[in-house]
Amino acid sequence: MAQLNAAAPGVDAGRARPLLSQMMLIRRFEEKAAESYALGKIGGFLHLYIGEEAVAVGASSVLRPDDYAISAYREHGHCLAKGSDPRRVMAELFGRRDGLCHGKGGSMHLFDKTTNFLGGHAIVGAHLPLAAGVAFAIKYRGGDQVIVCYFGDGAVAQGEFHESMNLAALWKLPVVYLCENNRYAMGTSIERALAQTEIWRFGHAYGIPGEAVDGMDVLAVREAVGRAVERTRREQAPTLLEARTYRFRGHSMRDPAGAIYRTKEEVEHEKQRDPILLFRTRCLQEGWLTEADVKAIEKDVNDVIDEAVAFADASPEPPLEWLLSDIYKEG
Amino acid sequence: MAVMTYREALNVALREEMQRDPRVFILGEEVGLYDGAYKVTQGLLKEFGPKRVVDTPICESGFTGVGIGAAMVGLRPVVEMMTFNFSILALDQIINSAAKMSYMSGGQVNIPIVIRGPGGPAHQLAAQHSQSMESYFYHVPGLKVVRPTTPADAKGLLKSAIRDDNPVVFIEAETLYPVKGEVPDDPDFTIPLGQAIVRREGRDVTVVAYVGMMYRAMEVAAELDKEGLSVEVVDPRTLRPMDTETIIGSVRKTHRAVVVEAGAGFAGMGSEIAAFITEQAFDDLDAPVERVTGANAPMPYARNLERAKTPSNERIAEAIRKVCSANGR
Repeated sequence: MAQLNAAAPGVDAGRARPLLSQMMLIRRFEEKAAESYALGKIGGFLHLYIGEEAVAVGASSVLRPDDYAISAYREHGHCLAKGSDPRRVMAELFGRRDGLCHGKGGSMHLFDKTTNFLGGHAIVGAHLPLAAGVAFAIKYRGGDQVIVCYFGDGAVAQGEFHESMNLAALWKLPVVYLCENNRYAMGTSIERALAQTEIWRFGHAYGIPGEAVDGMDVLAVREAVGRAVERTRREQAPTLLEARTYRFRGHSMRDPAGAIYRTKEEVEHEKQRDPILLFRTRCLQEGWLTEADVKAIEKDVNDVIDEAVAFADASPEPPLEWLLSDIYKEG
Repeated sequence: MAVMTYREALNVALREEMQRDPRVFILGEEVGLYDGAYKVTQGLLKEFGPKRVVDTPICESGFTGVGIGAAMVGLRPVVEMMTFNFSILALDQIINSAAKMSYMSGGQVNIPIVIRGPGGPAHQLAAQHSQSMESYFYHVPGLKVVRPTTPADAKGLLKSAIRDDNPVVFIEAETLYPVKGEVPDDPDFTIPLGQAIVRREGRDVTVVAYVGMMYRAMEVAAELDKEGLSVEVVDPRTLRPMDTETIIGSVRKTHRAVVVEAGAGFAGMGSEIAAFITEQAFDDLDAPVERVTGANAPMPYARNLERAKTPSNERIAEAIRKVCSANGR
């Protein structure tokens, strides 16, 4: 089994515990979401983040509460890691009135203004210019926040990726573009989609510094995003990071195994580098956590997610008159 | 009151709103150093500086997205489409991001943005640079769509659009930029969105028309007056939300309606107006609603074909005579 090699400056039990617990929380959330989908409680498209948890958790761990995050449609993990209440996220997936967006957004359109999580955008590539716009506004106001923009490798072939790189570099905007390269845009591998499969290198053409990072190693992600955020905040200029990760499930619940376009052996091989497994082992080895600690975290996480499901189940459907509210902001 | 051109009225509206609210800024191609491709933003870079008058490269989707992103966190961008024909490149951002964000977020994130620029038929600019773009937008819940006809409307409606908390698609008329008219000086002068205006009162027939077609309708009305036909002309000004009440009120009075639009007729603005008149005032009608529309063809280049593409005064007059001759008038 591959080891985690990232140095861990300043990591101790106090730091390690929330990283592990958040990854486990997202994993449990997604497993319960899949279960609820099978039970017919969640409909539509459901894209699970299982296997990619280290990216959202590592990145969010270096953000300030007033920093922004924005994402595409596989965003439950990003939203939870930014601090949203799992009960309200689950209720949104259930399409209930207590959901983050009162049941009007659903799985692909999570928004939480209280945590500065700005969506939940499901047209591939379209939120990259939005992130540049948020960064433009930060700079316009003389603020020192940054925005982290998560996107998949599938967005890289879109024109809006390149338009955004150009504008962010041209105008020196404080945005960290964080590509989650899970190697497949739906069923199309990066080799079949991109002339340059080392995605961080696209930054070179625009003068945007960046690097690739092991997206299965939460500490490596934390370090790389930490450097990027620090630099972006200081220099008010964009960074492009590529986190190399893997989705263990299919593209969505309609592609449960993800087996047509990749081999079973490949999936099994990648699962050896499960980010939660790797970090749990590391925590035990380093003495940051004991077996008993891990068990306690597991129990806490299970309780929180069980409660989230119960909360979502108990939340009523949105009243019919909400069909026509929120289309326009009045006065 | 000052007499100024439609172009100057827009310029004054932008200047006043930028003076009034530091969150308002302009973004687009050639809006700054070049002073605007159609000079609507003339002098604004000089007055407000490059922070608030931002020249962009040619990337409509990218810079429209930047405007929407800035609006998500409370700025009030005015994005210029050099011509509205180019907004097709930004259609996804306008429809999927700007129009739906408030709804998708359950009201948490609203988008106070104006997307403005010239549109409609122009002079021999051919198929890709001369078309009525409003129909691409007024179908979309979450957008407001404005088409100002006079210099005073241009000023008052643009100011309201900038102060609105929602995305407003504001399509000026390329051929009306040099048209002069009286415009109130008061910096607090605004015209509410969603308010139609009766341009000319009449008894026999209601003609609904906006921008260039409104001017033609007024010419025709003056002509027909000599024949003893009394034509009422209503200009909706805002296409979404539409002031159906004023239009229905007029039809209940005249019992006849003609809708004129420059764009292709199939599923055009005239279809919607004719439909709601029929739904709401069928019993008041003495004749079926008549539509006068642009031909169902792309815009040709040749001068004679171009003339034939857009409704002429003759065709408008013919339609008015037709509805007025029905049922014995």
